[in-house]
Amino acid sequence: MARYILKRFSLMIVTLFIIITATFFLIHSLPGSPLQNAEKLTPELQAQILAQYGLDQPIHIQYFKYLGGLVQGDLGTSIANGQSVTGLLMNGFSASVFIGAQGLILGIVIGLILGVLAALKRNTWIDSFATGTSIIGVSVPSFVLAATLSYFIGVELGWLPANLWGTYEHTILPSIALSFPVVAQISRYVRTEMVEVLEQDYMRTAKAKGISRLAITVKHALRNALIPAVTVMGPLAAGIITGSLVVESIFAVPGMGKIFVDSITSKDYTMVMGSTIFYSVLIISALFIVDLLYGIIDPRIRISGAKE
Amino acid sequence: MSKILEVRDLHVSFHTYSGEVKAVRGVSFDVEKGQTLAIVGESGCGKSVTSQAIMKLILTPPGEYKHGEVLYNGKDLVKMSEKEMEQVRGKEIAMIFQDPMTSLNPTMTVGKQIMEGIIKHQKLSKAEAKEKAIEMLKLVGIPSPESRFTQYPHQFSGGMRQRAMIAIALSCNPNVLIADEPTTALDVTIQAQIMDLMKDLQERLGTSIILITHDLGVVAETADRVAVMYAGKVVESGTINEIFAEPRHPYTWGLMNSMPKLNQDRSEELSPIPGAPPDLLAPPKGCAFAARCKYAMKICQEVDPELIEHSKDHRVACWLEHPMAEAYRREVVEGRQSV
Repeated sequence: MARYILKRFSLMIVTLFIIITATFFLIHSLPGSPLQNAEKLTPELQAQILAQYGLDQPIHIQYFKYLGGLVQGDLGTSIANGQSVTGLLMNGFSASVFIGAQGLILGIVIGLILGVLAALKRNTWIDSFATGTSIIGVSVPSFVLAATLSYFIGVELGWLPANLWGTYEHTILPSIALSFPVVAQISRYVRTEMVEVLEQDYMRTAKAKGISRLAITVKHALRNALIPAVTVMGPLAAGIITGSLVVESIFAVPGMGKIFVDSITSKDYTMVMGSTIFYSVLIISALFIVDLLYGIIDPRIRISGAKE
Repeated sequence: MSKILEVRDLHVSFHTYSGEVKAVRGVSFDVEKGQTLAIVGESGCGKSVTSQAIMKLILTPPGEYKHGEVLYNGKDLVKMSEKEMEQVRGKEIAMIFQDPMTSLNPTMTVGKQIMEGIIKHQKLSKAEAKEKAIEMLKLVGIPSPESRFTQYPHQFSGGMRQRAMIAIALSCNPNVLIADEPTTALDVTIQAQIMDLMKDLQERLGTSIILITHDLGVVAETADRVAVMYAGKVVESGTINEIFAEPRHPYTWGLMNSMPKLNQDRSEELSPIPGAPPDLLAPPKGCAFAARCKYAMKICQEVDPELIEHSKDHRVACWLEHPMAEAYRREVVEGRQSV
């Protein structure tokens, strides 16, 4: 197990390195410069600013310098406003992670319940309701859903704040908007898998032992039905992170999404790099955690992983 | 001898998209205390459905108990609620399934799977149940049971899994053990071991066994009584000697003829029963075997024969048993012997 984790960890570092390299050269090859209103500045001033950020040097030198800083944990300073990239990201991080995690947990819990109920009460209204919910969740884009929630619950009904940030109430609508695709996917996978698991021979064995229906469902069926659901949790977590870019801007959440989008439009090289690295680490870690979870739930994978 | 289980005129159907499949159409048999009843017949004759119906493991829907009773110590299991059945399953009647590869939960340790029933029925603490489970593993001949206890089914071989299944089934000392083709999925050397194990445990624990199989060799070795099933009905039943020494139903003859014999000439070919069993979506009006029967008479196509008592234990459902067909029957039997 320890060897497996070590192997996975080194692969994660390699992945991250490739992402950093690709993003660095791609963002630098975009036309234009990070200097805003460059035409109003004298050529001397422009050169001075570029030199201040080391942008006058050849691209490969800049690259190695950046990597050097990165190894020491330094993400550099934002070209747009001169503040430390790490500090700016941390400001947005708490808001983003809060609504992201809340949305993910909400989505997983509701999705699980819905999926299990739909499988147990197959071909009843509960099943139809679950199917309907997941179709809506999969097919309606998050910005439509977010805007709808904001308008009806926030503006028309006035139950919750329609946007902005501050109290806990402000986090509810963005979290619901983010959780919807998760509910859809998880309930669909859990239902399909649960239906299959319920027909397995070992379910009959469990029933033949005389244990109660509830115990059979929880101890025997659920764990087996969770295996594929766990597999999609990685991509779902990633989806929440990217989905938050749009949802955050609709609810005016001062999160990382806003920082990321703003940094691209202003060609704030260091900021783009910083956010990219941040998002990559989040997604790679999510996938890694899912892999570990997978091994915990399915003993067959745990054993083969240890043998490697 | 007293009867522990009596199945009376059991009818089980399945509702499918193409209609009602009458899988079991009036099955009756008795199981005596401490004895083994073998139910034999080819695939799809309703053996497994019958065995699962006894423990009410048939899902309803699509299944339906149309008629009949399953009397266990005089109580009708068909009428029992699910809660009451939980007290019967595992504790009074236990079951071993055909495929040990898929019948154990892959994500739960074998030990836990054995403990579950013990905790439920014997009201033991976890530690006591663990002790008992390890004892069961030892009893069914699994070496180093302490370390096997914490392993998962995929770390067991096929024969070991079936042993574990037997340990689960016998862990609460059930009075009746239903073994649904317990050796079909195993290779031949293991088959004999498993059958010996079951026999040995039966002698030690006094369990009654219902053995579902299509292997007449296994039947000859282990059973006390035999019920031959065809198309959802029992066509012949009797003691092991009666069935093997003096089979009376043409279908039983067919089964015997399709089995190789030790004293058979090597040039002699096995004679399988031609044709296939009838579609139970629309069972024939007369005898279900008539279409494949060499000796079928006109009445066989028209009216389904009842079980007729040939001797105290030996019952046959065939028109050849009818007093009016006696002369023809003698002719048939003589013809069979001369071949």
